[in-house]
Amino acid sequence: MAEFVMPILGADMEAGTLVAWRKQAGDRVARGDIIAEVETDKADIEVEVFLDGVIETLLVREGEKVPVGTPLAVIREEGAAPGAQPVSPASAPALAARPAPSAAPKAARRVVSATAGAAPVSPAARELARELGVDLAAVVGTGPEGRIQRKDVLAAAHAPREAPTAVPAAAERQARMRQAIAAAMSRSAREIPHFHISSTIDMTQAVAWLREENERRPIAERLLYGVVLLKAVALALREVPELNAVWAGDHPEPRERIHAGIAISLRGGGLVAPAIHDADTLSLTQLMSSFRDLVQRARAGSLRSSEIADPTITITSLGETGAEAVYGLIYPPQVALVGFGRLTDRVVPVDGAIAVRPTIVATLTADHRVVDGHRGSVFLAALDRLLQEPSTL
Amino acid sequence: MTETEIRTTVLRLLGDVAPEADMAALKPDKRIRDQIDIDSMDALNFLIAIDAELGIDIPEADYPKMTTLDNIVAYLSAKAG
Amino acid sequence: MQRMTYREAVRSALREALAADPSVFLMGEDVGRYGGAFAVSHGLLAEFGEERVRDTPLSESTFVGAGIGAALNGMRPIVEVMTVNFSLLAMDQVLNNAATLRYMSGGQFNIPLVVRMATGGGRQLAAQHSHSLEGWYAHIPGIRVLAPATVADARGMLLAALREPDPVFIFEHATLYPMEDEIDERAGACDIRCAAVRREGTDVTLVASGGSLPKAMTAAETLADEGVQAEVIDLRTLRPLDMETVVASVVKTHRAVIVDEAWRTGSLAGEVSAQIMERAFNALDWPVQRVCGAEVPTPYAKHMEDAALPRAETVVETVREMVR
Repeated sequence: MAEFVMPILGADMEAGTLVAWRKQAGDRVARGDIIAEVETDKADIEVEVFLDGVIETLLVREGEKVPVGTPLAVIREEGAAPGAQPVSPASAPALAARPAPSAAPKAARRVVSATAGAAPVSPAARELARELGVDLAAVVGTGPEGRIQRKDVLAAAHAPREAPTAVPAAAERQARMRQAIAAAMSRSAREIPHFHISSTIDMTQAVAWLREENERRPIAERLLYGVVLLKAVALALREVPELNAVWAGDHPEPRERIHAGIAISLRGGGLVAPAIHDADTLSLTQLMSSFRDLVQRARAGSLRSSEIADPTITITSLGETGAEAVYGLIYPPQVALVGFGRLTDRVVPVDGAIAVRPTIVATLTADHRVVDGHRGSVFLAALDRLLQEPSTL
Repeated sequence: MTETEIRTTVLRLLGDVAPEADMAALKPDKRIRDQIDIDSMDALNFLIAIDAELGIDIPEADYPKMTTLDNIVAYLSAKAG
Repeated sequence: MQRMTYREAVRSALREALAADPSVFLMGEDVGRYGGAFAVSHGLLAEFGEERVRDTPLSESTFVGAGIGAALNGMRPIVEVMTVNFSLLAMDQVLNNAATLRYMSGGQFNIPLVVRMATGGGRQLAAQHSHSLEGWYAHIPGIRVLAPATVADARGMLLAALREPDPVFIFEHATLYPMEDEIDERAGACDIRCAAVRREGTDVTLVASGGSLPKAMTAAETLADEGVQAEVIDLRTLRPLDMETVVASVVKTHRAVIVDEAWRTGSLAGEVSAQIMERAFNALDWPVQRVCGAEVPTPYAKHMEDAALPRAETVVETVREMVR
């Protein structure tokens, strides 16, 4: 024998009223049949029975309000013999008779099937969810009958995101990046007739100026010497503008604005070269701040597509520990690459005597379809000249 | 701040600029840049963080004094007084 | 600018119309010697004489019909039916002649008739004298129905109505007659095709007309104190309805409440609600609500009449539920 009890139909439901029996004593019921209509504070709900059997007795009259959990009916499960379950004499005769018609229909209330599917959604909420890309199945509705409204969609949209799905294994990411670099570099080697010219630049002035400048500046505003190189390249490009171009299939298109791509190595391997826009117009302080921001975002993986797509030239520096000079590959569709080797003391002739000066080897790698050695030399000469007067940068 | 506290702070801030590095394996008397992949930008960010957290401004001229964990801690302890 | 009452505004429009156009005349019960049941035409008989300001017998069907006839013959009559309650006796004239003769004559006849009526309850005039039936008139193709809810509209709408080639019915809510405001007394005809946003808001749209407008405005003020910004729309023209203004508002606020003194069932509020649903379904965050008169003959006892008619508090409570 099984009991059908007053179910909990809402989290805070304490009691319910049995509005109507849909089955009578003696009826056979199957799992899923609606056995009764129960009234809660919010709606009239059709309640299903969850087993197969025959209704032995109805224990509660229509219209009675009982606490949650109260047995409402006794059901003899299929296969069991008719029970010897004693039935309270008081209730049996009362329930055997057809109950009197229940109260006038409540026109305003909707009978809600307890097995109804997803919560109702207001049209405006549905529209908003579509706009914001919110999955309605994950939204909790606070309107009547659990209706999802705009404010519920908004709440879901602004809820703190679930922890992002596991970042792909570093190795996998590495592999993908290597593939991309491989494709770009192969294409570069295949299509672009590279040539390289280099120049050793005396950095005494630049290093001294930078030291003095940084002495003046609070630490958060100090300049890295790479930024000095960057600005010098950007300004030198103004003098040889054909190097600031993109290859448009069969001819170069010079660009007005100088967007300097900075080669940034990523922790754990890999390289990106996002652009600092209008590098020639920015002050060293601004360049430093942009540079720092780019590096941080490049390493965090949050670069903007314009930064990836826009460079008109790329600058790569091996910093302080790299090799003497860089002979790189141009990033298509750019037409040039400027590389700097490590800053190191070298023996240089000064006024006929031997001197030791901090120097770097600057290399211009250029597309021979666009520019020739002469113009390349002019560029390197301009670069050298600018680095001799760092205060003008 | 005690030397131990300074050391802990330094290790933490180094970890911030080089999150994948294993600080526990760092040899305190060897050049940091030989052990961890840190470039000049990372170094600058590290020094800025030191300045922000410990209030110690390090002039560029002193950068060569800060190459190993030990000498960084020594330098900062002296400056912290 | 001049400060005047709604009643005085109508009077000033009547005076201006009578003075400007000899084909205009006023006709109705007690409009002449008595000065009008609501004192609207006070003084006009003395000023314009018996030909222009005509007292009629107690027979709405007769004098509305006469007005139709006069209009057919080139006059511009302003027929005053004392209240909409009595206009029922002229319903056949209105529906089957005024609204239909132009169509039935194949466009040969225009009926430039203006009918003014007082409407609404709230003055303890009990079951037979408190109806709001402008919705019934708004149901009829072939006529225009206006509901001035401001002093400026009381004057401007009458002047505008006199320019229309077809019948215009103007409903003046009786509780508005003493309402005072400052208006430009020289302003002429106003627009009669558009609804007006009387108060801007973002959280809910309250749609009202005539005597319900002040209640909607009061409700909006109360709601503002609770942080809910209600936008209040004065329909102004009940036929045709300017649903564009209403829909634009609902698209902004996502919620609408229509305040209509008539009984809810078959009310004009139902029409507005259906149109909002049809045109702004996707903007709705809540079913459109209606605050209407209770479905009872209007009581005489004050407290019961007050309970039977829409109140600002009911509107506020309705909105509170919607924004909970």
